[in-house]
Amino acid sequence: MSETATSLRARRRLALQERIIGALLLGCGVISVLTTIGIVVVLVSQSAGFFAEVSPIEFLTGTSWSPQLLPRSFGILPLVNGTLIIAIGSSLIAIPIGLASAIYLSEYARSRTRRIIKPILEILAGIPTVVYGYFGIMFVTPILRAIFPQTGIFNAASAAIVVGIMILPMVSSLSEDALNAVPRSLREAAYALGSTKFEVSTRVVTPAALSGIVASFILAISRAIGETMAVALAAGATPRMTLDLLQSVQTMTAYIVQVSLGDTPYGSLEYQTIFAVGLVLFLITLAMNLLSQRFTKRFREVYE
Amino acid sequence: MSEPSLAPRGGRFEPRIARRQRTGRIFRALCLAAVAFGILSLVVLLVDVTRDGLGVLSLDFLTSYPSRLPARAGIRSAILGSLWMMLLVTLMAFPLGVGAAVYLEEYAPKNWFTRMLQTNISNLAGVPSIVYGILGLAVFVRFLGLGRSVLAGAATLALLTLPVVIIAAQEAIRAVPSSLKEASYALGASRWQTIRHHVLPVSMPGILTGTILALSRAIGETAPLIMIGALTFIAFDPLTPMDAFTVLPIQIFNWTQDARTPFHDLAAGGIVVLLVVLLLMNATAILLRNKYQRKL
Repeated sequence: MSETATSLRARRRLALQERIIGALLLGCGVISVLTTIGIVVVLVSQSAGFFAEVSPIEFLTGTSWSPQLLPRSFGILPLVNGTLIIAIGSSLIAIPIGLASAIYLSEYARSRTRRIIKPILEILAGIPTVVYGYFGIMFVTPILRAIFPQTGIFNAASAAIVVGIMILPMVSSLSEDALNAVPRSLREAAYALGSTKFEVSTRVVTPAALSGIVASFILAISRAIGETMAVALAAGATPRMTLDLLQSVQTMTAYIVQVSLGDTPYGSLEYQTIFAVGLVLFLITLAMNLLSQRFTKRFREVYE
Repeated sequence: MSEPSLAPRGGRFEPRIARRQRTGRIFRALCLAAVAFGILSLVVLLVDVTRDGLGVLSLDFLTSYPSRLPARAGIRSAILGSLWMMLLVTLMAFPLGVGAAVYLEEYAPKNWFTRMLQTNISNLAGVPSIVYGILGLAVFVRFLGLGRSVLAGAATLALLTLPVVIIAAQEAIRAVPSSLKEASYALGASRWQTIRHHVLPVSMPGILTGTILALSRAIGETAPLIMIGALTFIAFDPLTPMDAFTVLPIQIFNWTQDARTPFHDLAAGGIVVLLVVLLLMNATAILLRNKYQRKL
């Protein structure tokens, strides 16, 4: 009799323990939600003070950014322009080279070669971004200056090149995964119709994997937009509405770093700009990540 | 899909095999060149940095504080700061990340809340690191009053690392064969007993691999720590979590930004040390992964 009572008590204790552990584990998961809420609350509440003084329309459409020098102006477009130049420039390198690498690894290379080459390329994504900044200034810029003497010490081109190298493995690895997921039967059907390997790769496999490939492009561009240290070092700190890659520009991220490196007084209008710029940056990258997820989902639905 | 190149206007099929195969060979060469570009970039980068930095590497460089004199400057405080980050980020991100992963894989009911949690985690993994810096500045440095301390920096990096750890741990847990779990349940074990004694031990190598890779990303992070105000000139050892600090990437950034050339070599020296640390961490992760793969 007493034995049953003990076992019943033990079982109750176990059930309670289970409930507590379940709640604790849920708590771990909730931290990630709190992080998102925290990001949104901080960005919105802290930039509210900024938008009380500067109208959002002026902020989003102004073509001059000079928060320190009088007359002060708060048009974010020069920073957006700088960010876009770097993002477009780096994707012009990363997208074609990354996709070609992915096609080579998936369609041409032997599986042993692929197993060796893919991780080697992925090292590029693991190198800290500050190292790319150093490489941009010390290696890429001198080469650019030797070819185009008018190149500035800080220039958009060197930043775009090193960021392009940095995001290359994102395109090559994720696209390779997508190409690899295309069923073998599709390739064999195309071969049976007399296609050459080139035609199979470019007209059958690549279109079939397109949604995964596009998802990798978007993710890589989003990464380039959020990239900070390489552009802060190599592209300089001149907010400018220019398309000239050989001049210094400033990205949204580089501006935020510049302000936090200086001794801007807490709570001043200039200090609040980092939250307003951060909010724009967050919204752009969020939109791109959601878009990329949508593409990935489509690609999953087709073959699973 | 129509094939205009194979069926020319005349309507008669001309295979033109030689031409098509020549195109194929050119394409293959271009793709190979693309792979070569990636590998070459890596080699050039590593060689360039090593060539610049090898000259300054010495025991003195590792054990001296930063200095205005390049000949006497070193990375002692930066190394200590990075070690602090490694330790505290692991202590914070590892239990939280594994806990969240266990919840999502083993406990979570299939409902809107779980789906939201999962979407949220993958979105957080794509948030630029500098945004985490803004969050850390507002929440840890200002709101919680931690100041520009080791603790504030580590908490910021832990939040940044968390989604990556969760995703990696989830994959490792998902790879545990369900027969193992069902055998445990069949013997009367509770959910937690099953996880504690079967799921976690089997998935641990995978979890550790993912955690080390996530951690090695955190060690290379610069921007969020600049945001929370990690200083560049620290001529003392940060001994408590409340001390001011710097880390290797910030010290490298500072020296790279300096207009005087001798400091650039110091930056390269710092980069070599940082890359060696990252290499060791990645090698550990790969060794763990290989051991794990052999076991299954």
